[in-house]
Amino acid sequence: MARTLINVPKSAKAGEVVTIKTLISHPMETGFRPGADGRIMARDIITDFACHYDGREVFRAELFPATAANPYLTFTLVAQATGPLTFTWRGDNGFSQTETATLTVT
Amino acid sequence: MRRLAAAALGAFASLAAVADEIPQAERRSGFDAMSAETRAMQVDDTANPGLLWVQDGADLWTRAPASGRPACAGCHGEAATLRGVAARYPAFDEASGAAIDLQGRINHCRREHQGDPPYGHESRELLALSAYLGFQSRGLPIAPPRDPRLDPARAQGAALFRERIGQLGLSCAACHDDNHGRRLGAATIPQGHPTGYPLYRLEWQGLGSVQRRLRNCMTGMRAEPFAYGSAEFVALERYLMDRAAPLPIETPAVRP
Repeated sequence: MARTLINVPKSAKAGEVVTIKTLISHPMETGFRPGADGRIMARDIITDFACHYDGREVFRAELFPATAANPYLTFTLVAQATGPLTFTWRGDNGFSQTETATLTVT
Repeated sequence: MRRLAAAALGAFASLAAVADEIPQAERRSGFDAMSAETRAMQVDDTANPGLLWVQDGADLWTRAPASGRPACAGCHGEAATLRGVAARYPAFDEASGAAIDLQGRINHCRREHQGDPPYGHESRELLALSAYLGFQSRGLPIAPPRDPRLDPARAQGAALFRERIGQLGLSCAACHDDNHGRRLGAATIPQGHPTGYPLYRLEWQGLGSVQRRLRNCMTGMRAEPFAYGSAEFVALERYLMDRAAPLPIETPAVRP
């Protein structure tokens, strides 16, 4: 399991635009760099990130080898009703991680 | 080369008193010279990637070593009780009769009290534990210990800081004392205070210790870098912390 840091506001008013911040620990090995033995190290990156709000996809990003290690993604969404936020990262070598948080709408 | 440097050390020690040190009131962290975006990244604990290592460190703190002896928490208890430790290291080590830095202390504890092999330099574990300990002291002013037994390390560090080395004939002081705030290529030269180590450097895409930073600088000066964990580096760290006091600890800092 990779470490993640997720920032969701504790509560929001209905209709309010809220900022979500996510950070995940990942080497994002490009597949172009030689290792200590001179051989090219295999690509190992996160290729896809998605955020679902109450079951509905609200944000998706594709990532490529030029993305730096420990990718930090921040985006906004409109708070509508109290519900779960699901964050899913997928990548090379079967990498898959899901984290959840709750957005409370008052 | 190194033996020559050691021989020259005595000669340079007399010069040390001549060079101007930055007065306390004018000491500035490299934080102040960063872009607004990088500063925002450091101060937001959900955007600062160094916190990933701090979390790892918190895990390691309570995890029992393979030898079955107590974890760090078994003797030290809550890490919060070690608030202030990172602000005063490197300290004097009774056992070796020399100065020891925080990473050296962690590995010493691991070898002597936990019966496990020491962590490698720049290993994820050593960086995580030292980041976790540094994090406990975040915001505290650097407080050099008044231990006179550290004086030889201080003097050696001060001499090394001013000694011209490498093919370019540069010293640390030539940039960080005499020309800070001016530019070296596109980069602003900082005063060179180690306030936030281990820190997350965007260029490294990872956490690194102050010794990694110093080796980086020495390579840039086209000098032979000291080995990780060498007495020279510990002496330099001691001097740099004296030189940076009383700036606050920022661990884990973010730097470009």
